[in-house]
Amino acid sequence: MFGVLFEQAADGQRYIDWLLSGLGWTLALAFFGWWIAFGIGIVVGVGRTVQNRFFALPARLYVEIFRNIPVLVQMFLWYFVFPEVVPSAIGDAIKQIPPPWASFFPALLCLGLYTASRIAEQVRAGIEALPKGQLEAANALGLSGYLTYRHVIVPQALRLIVPSLTSEVMGIYKNTSVALTIGLMELTAQARQISEATFQTFTAFGAATIVYLCLALIAYQAMALIDRAVRIPGSAPATLPADQDLSGEVQQGALPGAMEAAK
Amino acid sequence: MNALDFSIVAQSWPYLWSGLLFSLSLTAAAFAIGMILGTCLALAQHFEIPLVAQIIRGYVAIIRSIPLILVLFWFFFLVPIVLGHLSGNGRPIPIGATYTAFITFGLFEAAYYSEIIRVGLRAVNKGQFEACQALALSTYDTYRHIVLPQVLRVASPIILSQTIILFQDTSLVYVLSLTDLLGAASKLAQLNGRLVEMYLVIAVAYLVISSAASQCVATLRKRYAAAAAR
Repeated sequence: MFGVLFEQAADGQRYIDWLLSGLGWTLALAFFGWWIAFGIGIVVGVGRTVQNRFFALPARLYVEIFRNIPVLVQMFLWYFVFPEVVPSAIGDAIKQIPPPWASFFPALLCLGLYTASRIAEQVRAGIEALPKGQLEAANALGLSGYLTYRHVIVPQALRLIVPSLTSEVMGIYKNTSVALTIGLMELTAQARQISEATFQTFTAFGAATIVYLCLALIAYQAMALIDRAVRIPGSAPATLPADQDLSGEVQQGALPGAMEAAK
Repeated sequence: MNALDFSIVAQSWPYLWSGLLFSLSLTAAAFAIGMILGTCLALAQHFEIPLVAQIIRGYVAIIRSIPLILVLFWFFFLVPIVLGHLSGNGRPIPIGATYTAFITFGLFEAAYYSEIIRVGLRAVNKGQFEACQALALSTYDTYRHIVLPQVLRVASPIILSQTIILFQDTSLVYVLSLTDLLGAASKLAQLNGRLVEMYLVIAVAYLVISSAASQCVATLRKRYAAAAAR
């Protein structure tokens, strides 16, 4: 059934090479996007929990804006709109970027910033789930606000939220497929291209589906491994207070299926 | 950069409005199909119907692990073939992108809703089942009148959050060239070249609708939390 993948395509490569190059773009987007999202997500998540309005308000705005606009629309904003609204010198420079990178960077930015808003909410949930005594003990030891967060609050919160971050990992690799709308030839786009070139739609989409399933399995196992390594002994995993305990269970329920919606 | 000119948006308002109506009706239809089917899927798993439960589990796991765009492509390709087989003559029946989108989103969301309801079913207090038995209610009556109403109430905030995500996801029908809110904006943008204004306006539209809906869900959630605390 998958034999057609090893036939030669019009450009001299085999179809499976198309798939692999698509997989490469998908992984690159998901991997680098994840670290952008993780970094910004922690900062914004901390911002959601502090009293100081100069941090709390922008953090709240950030989450509201990036969570409530569809990823696809955000993708278009970065790709079409952003170069037009920045000063024209910068805009022109952006338009000069050669093809694959011209869609890769907007997609990276889009996915990173979007996922960051979701991670920020998880970080906030983790911080709010910590016992108050941690903060009070840090205060009693004379730690400054920064040191308290840096050495006491954030490390513990992150250890608590590993299980719920699994769904964000799943979310970001699934969302990479949205980048095909701005012309990035990632996995789904390559599958469609193969189906159009060979008319073997079942094979093409089937192969892509299997690859995505493997990615889901790997991501799920890796996160479970990390969770086992860093879990605070005796702690129950934190969930968004907003979703009560129900979604926590949804996220950890049956295997790779059970990741939350972030598509 | 050129000065922004939003008058173009005002002129094309009727077209955008019809796009928005399509997005909303797709959301509503997918919600209805997804909830009914999702409840059935969840119950089938809950009762551990042999074979059926395993198949459903596989279906839910696959649907939730692959991107929605790929699911759209799959259904766009499969639905006419399956319909052809069902109708008996074996030839694919093309039904058009619109119906495909409705079917796809319904079946896709069913997987997500079923997962929420399945977990909700597990959360129902055992005493409720025992009380039903003591009252000699049939299994059907137990679930219809006692268990499911409780599940739906407990899960309603999550179901509604999922529906907001669903509304945002309907923008992906763009890949099927349908005219939803985003599709309408992008078609207009290609016609008149005003893509900056168009995309900014619909971004704000999505933002306002989703934020307002999220606020409602948050209020609902608080009310339930207060009721539970009493």
